[in-house]
Amino acid sequence: MIPAAFEYVAPTTVADALAALAEGGDEAKVLAGGQSLLPILRMRLNAPETVVDLGRIEALRGIREDGDALVIGAMTTYADLLASDLVREHAALVHAAIAEVADPQIRHRGTIGGALVHADPAGDVGAPVLALDGELVITGADGERTVAAADFFEDLFTTAVGDGELLTAVRIPKHTGWGAAYEKFVRVAHQWSIVAVAATVRMDGDTIAEAKIGLTNMGSTPLRAKAVESALAGSAATATAVGAAAASAAEGTTPPSDLNGDADYRRHLATVLTRRAVLAAAGR
Amino acid sequence: MTRITVTVDGQRFVDDVEPRTLLVSYLRENLGKVGTVVGCDTSNCGACTVHLDGRSVKSCNVLAVQADGHEVTTIEGISTAGGLHPMQQAFHECHALQCGYCTPGMIMQAIDILTDNPDPSEEEIRAGLEGNLCRCTGYHNIVKAVAQCAAAGKGGE
Ligand SMILES: Cc1cc2nc3c(=O)[nH]c(=O)nc-3n(C[C@H](O)[C@H](O)[C@H](O)COP(=O)(O)OP(=O)(O)OC[C@H]3O[C@@H](n4cnc5c(N)ncnc54)[C@H](O)[C@@H]3O)c2cc1C
Ligand code: FES
Ligand code: FES
Repeated sequence: MIPAAFEYVAPTTVADALAALAEGGDEAKVLAGGQSLLPILRMRLNAPETVVDLGRIEALRGIREDGDALVIGAMTTYADLLASDLVREHAALVHAAIAEVADPQIRHRGTIGGALVHADPAGDVGAPVLALDGELVITGADGERTVAAADFFEDLFTTAVGDGELLTAVRIPKHTGWGAAYEKFVRVAHQWSIVAVAATVRMDGDTIAEAKIGLTNMGSTPLRAKAVESALAGSAATATAVGAAAASAAEGTTPPSDLNGDADYRRHLATVLTRRAVLAAAGR
Repeated sequence: MTRITVTVDGQRFVDDVEPRTLLVSYLRENLGKVGTVVGCDTSNCGACTVHLDGRSVKSCNVLAVQADGHEVTTIEGISTAGGLHPMQQAFHECHALQCGYCTPGMIMQAIDILTDNPDPSEEEIRAGLEGNLCRCTGYHNIVKAVAQCAAAGKGGE
């Protein structure tokens, strides 16, 4: 199918994009990489009157250092992120997770901003950004505000980005030297996560000094496995110790039940994948 | 209608299109480039894969207006004056197709794999073709064709 007819605007600055959104009101929709929005429009699940394409706004694309953080423009594609040495060095968890998103064609188009605002609970981008204590820069008519990832995801497909606002950048505190792994469980190639675990650890010799863990598809938003994080701090990086800590990975989660698995199955998966992800992140 | 200027397979086109026109529809219906096919409604199958500024995309999941000012290469634009593109030749020699429906997309994606990685492992070839479905071959000969083309050292564009 093809989308219902719409007006198309392709501004070249954030200010012009905000103006176009204000003019379009409720009937305007932002287009980033289009890898989620275009299927939605084609299935006519949504039929905006105006589509505001951010694809021509150069300022929204790219990765730079800003003191102890990386600043990633919202329109930076998965492929740009995967090719970035800065991301590999300072946010290895983002690299590991994004390598597991969809397929190469979709990674050439899809953007970090689009993925985060789309906020599909099975999406692979939220958990690593949450685990790394990322911050989201949202720009609206009144200027810029910064929201912690922990407050950004509000519910299924719902974020702190309001009507008439844009997500413009993602700030990731540098985690230089941290090991990272993303364990994504799927049954067939090219599937959305049934459950996935994003783990990054700072090692001190053979000991895990600090661990941060994000869970994908264990609730309506990405979640942190805080109980596991506390149990791992100062723990030996052995299969026994990590396995014991990982046993509480599903604590406080509310995973969905669907054709891919019921909630109990997902809780079990979360513990197994957490153990694997932490051990892999620790280089074990 | 929105006016777009797109270079497709080396030729420049200026056209007025409805913004909702998908790139694949523009290629097939406006330009008659029916070598690029549509195999699904969900952007899963990869049959419609083309290159946009040299990188693979699913042309059913891009609007024609998004390609304005850019360069598109389709399966119809890769053969050389001398004949088949080396990847086409490798598919031919390895018997990498049966019905052939997935083939245009497979070949465009296979070329993309070698652009990044001229010497991929079998695993890397399989991962690189993750977004391309084939209902006939079982993939085995497709993977062989990509490996053969890579080994000949002339895969990427
Ligand atoms: C076949 C297929 C398989 C996929 N598999 C996976 C997978 O395994 N894992 C995964 O994580 N994802 C997967 N995806 C989704 C993919 O990651 C999308 O690219 C991503 O979810 C959306 O990013 P986008 O840039 O394409 O955004 P778009 O589709 O353009 O936009 C998505 C939504 O966000 C809004 N939006 C976008 N950018 C902004 C902004 N800067 N400010 C405000 N609002 C904005 C749009 O209005 C829209 O509502 C898959 C998609 C397809 C088609
Ligand atoms: S037709 Fe484009 S992915 Fe199937
Ligand atoms: S050869 Fe028939 S779908 Fe691939």
